[in-house]
Amino acid sequence: MTRKLLTGNSAAAWGARLAGVDYIPAFPITPQTEIIEDLAAWIDRGEMDARLVTLESEHSMITAAGSAASSGVRAFTATSSQGLLYGMEMVYTVAGWRTPFVMVNVSRGLASPITLESDHNDIMAARDSGFLQIHCATCQEIADGVLIAYRLAEHPEVRVPAIVNLDGFYLSFTREPVDLAEASEASAFVGEYDPENLQFKGNSPLSQAMAVLGGGPYSYFRYEAHLAVQRALSVYDEIIDEFEDRFGRRYDMIDSYRMQDAEYVFVMLGSFSTKARDAVDSLRAAGWKAGLLRPRVFRPFPQQQIRQLLRGRRAVAVIDQNISMGMGGVLHSEFATALYGTTDAPLLASYIGGLGGRDISQQEFFAMADELRQADERGEAPAARLLYTEHELTEMRKLQAIAQAEQAEIQQH
Amino acid sequence: MFRIRFHGRGGQGMKTASRILGTAFFNAGYEVQDAPRYGAERRGAPIFAYVRADKSAINERGVIDRPDLVCVADDTLVGMPAAGVVQGMDAHTVLLINSHETAATWQQRLNTEARVLILTATEDVEDRAELPYIGSRCAAAAAALTNVIERETLVAALTEELGHLPADVITQNRDIALRAFDDMKQHAGLVTPGSMPSASDYDRPEWIEMPFDNAAISNLAIHAGATSVLVRTGLWRTMRPVINYPKCSGCAWICSTYCPDGAINVRADGYPEIDYDHCKGCLVCVAQCPPHAIESIPEHVAREQEAEASA
Repeated sequence: MTRKLLTGNSAAAWGARLAGVDYIPAFPITPQTEIIEDLAAWIDRGEMDARLVTLESEHSMITAAGSAASSGVRAFTATSSQGLLYGMEMVYTVAGWRTPFVMVNVSRGLASPITLESDHNDIMAARDSGFLQIHCATCQEIADGVLIAYRLAEHPEVRVPAIVNLDGFYLSFTREPVDLAEASEASAFVGEYDPENLQFKGNSPLSQAMAVLGGGPYSYFRYEAHLAVQRALSVYDEIIDEFEDRFGRRYDMIDSYRMQDAEYVFVMLGSFSTKARDAVDSLRAAGWKAGLLRPRVFRPFPQQQIRQLLRGRRAVAVIDQNISMGMGGVLHSEFATALYGTTDAPLLASYIGGLGGRDISQQEFFAMADELRQADERGEAPAARLLYTEHELTEMRKLQAIAQAEQAEIQQH
Repeated sequence: MFRIRFHGRGGQGMKTASRILGTAFFNAGYEVQDAPRYGAERRGAPIFAYVRADKSAINERGVIDRPDLVCVADDTLVGMPAAGVVQGMDAHTVLLINSHETAATWQQRLNTEARVLILTATEDVEDRAELPYIGSRCAAAAAALTNVIERETLVAALTEELGHLPADVITQNRDIALRAFDDMKQHAGLVTPGSMPSASDYDRPEWIEMPFDNAAISNLAIHAGATSVLVRTGLWRTMRPVINYPKCSGCAWICSTYCPDGAINVRADGYPEIDYDHCKGCLVCVAQCPPHAIESIPEHVAREQEAEASA
């Protein structure tokens, strides 16, 4: 193994290279583009034996990835934010084809207003599609996550596409040390892609029945896809044991940090969770029994493990880097669903933070822990909160004052 | 953990500086995180990049808000709020600045408790965006100040990060970097790792409840055509076009049409006038002017002349 400094984007490209992908339909979008640039450069220099094709949109790109997987080749693609949404019709469609391939999504907030920086509303929009979702917190996890995602997606009991998610800027453009597997080791782990009965070939035209009338057949196919995604829970555990044997790194479905005796727990997805690790360490140093839970696998959603891990804790702060308008944090809703009606369930507090790349400070983690303790003393969860300071609102009001002055001037003329 | 920020202008190589220093730390046995901050990565515009290095795994992420070292490649950025040069500086911070002014002058101007060092500069250049080797020089000076990176480690990192360049360019960068490294060696160890915030004694965030605003306030209604005027893109300019009116033939439609930013207006008398609040200094007008009546001068020289004229 070689350990070197790689950006998150470069780690994603290395994951695809080490997985031995054959075909890469591509379309650029910030902050993802470096992934396909790296792959294109390697192919161009003859260092990687694959075909990269630039498509005219993400809609076509995702169609091409699903179609390629249907013809028996290993496909890889990558997108972000608006691009993922532009291809969303096909995200749902190709998942229904039950074609396994891996798509990296570099999370970036959605318009409007438009931004380049990261949050999770883009990836949440693909939540119900039938794609598996693996969320990464470090550049190392990205390179490894792509390999794991191929194994999981191509498993005969699962066979649906997978998204590996990483945060824009905080991972995409950030270099960290990454252990890269030897090519032979990686390909021994990922293995050959067996497309089974997916057999489209240019030289033997076939048609596949894709339309059904009547709810009976439709329900069958949809529910079977759901069962397949759920099956990925047990398959993941097998794969991850093998990954650890080969590479020495363990990726439990839920990353639990200092949870043994934890009373107050942070729950997060993605790279901001490493900030919570620091906060847990500092809180522990100050006498708090704090811990962190981070689902690596978000689809399928590991409900049973969450129930077990949170049973008997005092209070949990679910920090969502997304917002479902009119409801709140998506992860909070899912944790509430997992815990509802279980015995010894902790209080569940909802925080929205980190929208559009907005940082979450250590002091904010400490203050959240403090609110959890107060909630526990009252025996009642606090109201949902947006992590937003008076200073931020003052700055916003200044901008609005300028906009209103402009507006007034326009109206005068 | 070491937390180091590099500030410069697009084109001066701050991303490269962060990568050279990052690789040097990594090769010296440190865990490393380095990143540029994109968004304004245009030539001449303020840009920054940062490096974290520690003996154990790094969990901290994002922009460094409590820097141990702030390295400034271009002192004209200091007064520009958007550049955020002084953000989070305190008595623990070392400010290393490429400047013709003295450390005492900067200490006084900024009224800062930070310790100020002058990065022994530098050949004069016309265009600040082309300051030669400033990225390598900043990385080397930073490496020396931490006192944990050997000369050879620095050279290896520099060679690795600049490997795509011609050999003579690498050699030139190496020689200049080593000079900066040796110059700064007298202050070796001045930059020390900062601490983590404590969970028992901290400033509580001043959270507020988001107030409800009616749609007329809370929508994105910035329809006014004139909003881009508020963005003073003239701050990106490193070279200033100046019209020599005696030579100007008054064919003002040429320069004003070629100006990609609409920053050349035509006066009532038919002559052109440059809007320096918004001119980015691309110098297209200089190239297009038929009678060669537009000259270019370094922005910092122009500002010094203005300051003298007003004094």
